[in-house]
Amino acid sequence: MVDEGLAKISLELAYSAMAVYTAAFIGYAVAAASTAGKRDDARVRADLATVGAGGPGAAESGAVVAAAEAVPETAVSDGRFPGQKAAGIATALTLLAFVLELGSVLARTASVQRVPWGNMHEFTLTTSTVLAGGFLIVALRDRSKQVLGVFVVPCVLLALGLSVTVLYAEAAELIPALKSGWLVVHVMAAMIATGAFALGALFSALFLVKERSDRRLAAGEIAEPGRVARLLPEAGSMDRMAYRINAFTFPLWTFAVIAGAIWAENAWGRYWGWDPKEVWAFITWVVYAAYLHARATAGWTSRGSAWIALAGFGTLMFNYFGVNLLVNGLHSYSGV
Amino acid sequence: MADTLESTTFEPEPAGPVRVPALGPVGMLRWAWRQLTSMRTALLLLFLLALASVPGSLLPQRGVNPIAVSDYKAANPGVSPWLDRFSFFDVYASPWFAATYLLLFISLVGCVLPRTGQHWRAMRGQPPAAPRNLSRLPVATSFETSESPEAVLERAERSLRGSRFRVVTGDGWVASEKGYLRETGNLIFHFSLVVLLIGVAWGSLGGVKGVALVVEGEGFANTVTQYDQVTPGLAYDLGSLAPFSFTLDDFRATYEAGPVQTGAARTFEADLTVIDEPGATPRQVTVQVNKPLNVEGFKVFLVGHGYAPTFTVRDARGRVVFDQPVPCLPQDGNFTSQCVIKVPDARPTQLGFTGFFFPTVIDGGGPVSYFPGAENPEVYLNAWSGDLGLDDGISRSVYTLDTEKLAAVKAKASDGAPLVVPLKPGQTFTLPDGLGSITFSGLQEWTTLSVARDPGKELALVGAVGAILGLLLTLFIRRRRVWVRATSGADGATVVEVAGLAKNEASGVEADVDALVLALAPTRTSEPEPNDRESDLRE
Repeated sequence: MVDEGLAKISLELAYSAMAVYTAAFIGYAVAAASTAGKRDDARVRADLATVGAGGPGAAESGAVVAAAEAVPETAVSDGRFPGQKAAGIATALTLLAFVLELGSVLARTASVQRVPWGNMHEFTLTTSTVLAGGFLIVALRDRSKQVLGVFVVPCVLLALGLSVTVLYAEAAELIPALKSGWLVVHVMAAMIATGAFALGALFSALFLVKERSDRRLAAGEIAEPGRVARLLPEAGSMDRMAYRINAFTFPLWTFAVIAGAIWAENAWGRYWGWDPKEVWAFITWVVYAAYLHARATAGWTSRGSAWIALAGFGTLMFNYFGVNLLVNGLHSYSGV
Repeated sequence: MADTLESTTFEPEPAGPVRVPALGPVGMLRWAWRQLTSMRTALLLLFLLALASVPGSLLPQRGVNPIAVSDYKAANPGVSPWLDRFSFFDVYASPWFAATYLLLFISLVGCVLPRTGQHWRAMRGQPPAAPRNLSRLPVATSFETSESPEAVLERAERSLRGSRFRVVTGDGWVASEKGYLRETGNLIFHFSLVVLLIGVAWGSLGGVKGVALVVEGEGFANTVTQYDQVTPGLAYDLGSLAPFSFTLDDFRATYEAGPVQTGAARTFEADLTVIDEPGATPRQVTVQVNKPLNVEGFKVFLVGHGYAPTFTVRDARGRVVFDQPVPCLPQDGNFTSQCVIKVPDARPTQLGFTGFFFPTVIDGGGPVSYFPGAENPEVYLNAWSGDLGLDDGISRSVYTLDTEKLAAVKAKASDGAPLVVPLKPGQTFTLPDGLGSITFSGLQEWTTLSVARDPGKELALVGAVGAILGLLLTLFIRRRRVWVRATSGADGATVVEVAGLAKNEASGVEADVDALVLALAPTRTSEPEPNDRESDLRE
């Protein structure tokens, strides 16, 4: 019934994916370091070149121009950025790791002959894959966001690492309560929503970093942006990205909760019973509803709503780790 | 932006700090109403609702697990009365929780109703005329063309209508608007939440749910007395329970026998013979965990199960005074189950037995169960004789034995240690002192069935689905306005201004304006703007 050989292959693929993600992370770190350094160099050189070209000393200006041209990666105007090569390699590695991780998910699926989300190991493995896939969609469409892999890949790696270690559960058949078509619908919706909310929270967090840096620069508290802030795209674009992701995910989360309610009605005889998992799903829903209202309210800053989004994601994480592992309820399917 | 898309904002926010008007009671009420229905209050109430939900997930709740509440109270005698006083064991039925969500819903209705009126008028009305100065709008551009203003405007109108804008024209301008469904979706979403709440309330008032324990071979008729526990809604008449009945023919549970998750449940199935109403033809139904029985507006679910060994007891006179299955209550995952047998008809003294049932023992391994399936069952019993205390009129649980007036039967030829009776199926043990005998004569299983009727659930579902559809409309449809002005310039060329406005984020109004400019402007010859820095470098 359960193919243990395939389960082993799944685990090996997961470990391989972790190795490649680690390599990808190093690539992103290199890209980030060179971006942070060279963006400034490029600015300085370009300024010098401008001054030089406008100034009287022709020989001097020629030398500066030569210096500037010697660093082709610093061409800030054609949409490319320094460290892009490293970021590109890292993104290719991320893609490879994603394929390995997807292979791991599929092997597990074949091993247990059902959807691979019956316990926390499987759910975390699949969610981590969704997160990586979501990031790749963003990164392959907009190369300037590739360097954000330095933040996303560690999250993917962390989830994957937890999944194959403390959360690991041997491949097994499901308990009767989980044998339902709703497992596919309800859990898949919850999983995609969780991965997407994670990505949204990441953008909100990075936006807060960048926004704070911008504010302090404007107030003259700091002379130049810090290492992290220098890496980040413009604050407004991250804010909009976070909003788009969260606004896309909110109906999906609503759907996940409703599908869960329909399933609960079918299995337990009531569609809502204030089980701890249900309570926290409701809290998450309310907090993200507050987020969307805050976005539409005059007088609420992007900063305020970004904090609400982070709070919402915090409730989601508590629901996943806190409720599954600490609180006893009807959703005690962790398998840990 | 006073005359722009105000209908897509929620309540118009008072600018600056709120001043309390000196208007007397009516004014105060109006002010309070405006405060309650403001977006700021709605936000506050949302946060309060999230916060108010938290304790119910951390403290045991009566509605979910009443036994856990008693355990908690016993373990925390100091704080429990205070928690109880403020309904912390019934959070979701507490006055303060109800106050929070009712205020939220009042605020919601108070906000959404006026907006419905506004939206209704906007839907029937026309897009507002073009503002005088289009270049001040956030998205604005202009170009010159040799066409006449009339021709440009006519083409603008056609192009906008082609893109499904609602268009109105005036003297030298075209105004258009699109995406009204956004607000429609928003209103549908909020009204659907009200429908959902009504469905929930209706279900809890007019519904009923109960739990009954049924042993294999026995039946259940849907009347109050057959339930172990029944909770009707406030508006539900228990006399009106639908008169269906069923017999539990067989209950089957299977467990994981492999090395991984050994003993974990794999299937539960109950075969029922159902009679929908008196006189109806019986039908066979197999109920599983995710496959309840539907009968006369009720649903019957499997919620628990256990073992009911059958015991035959003979008294001192050798007469069979007890012969029936005894439901034993499971104590652990391997179904070590506690059994209580009361034999009030035994003479000369009444008999009682307490002990444990083990579905799978290892012979010689003592009283321990190794597997939840009944592979090698055994019971270990203590025997009691005396007065069971059943005649004093006080109702007692069948699952506990009051040993106050009972004497433990001692093992023969020992120093007074209580007797322990081990029995395997088919075995009989003769009690000392001629008290009688007990036979482990058979093994049945029992199941607890939850019987529920919720008349509001369909309405709740309608509300939930409406809420999702409304959300999708309001989050993915973008409402925006595009205006065009065309005037004859001094040199005979026509100056065309195109501008767009949207209140919501990621509106795409830039793309609309670009597309319109592309459609209206003469073929462009201009080059892309040169980059200053690069041209400097090249010089």
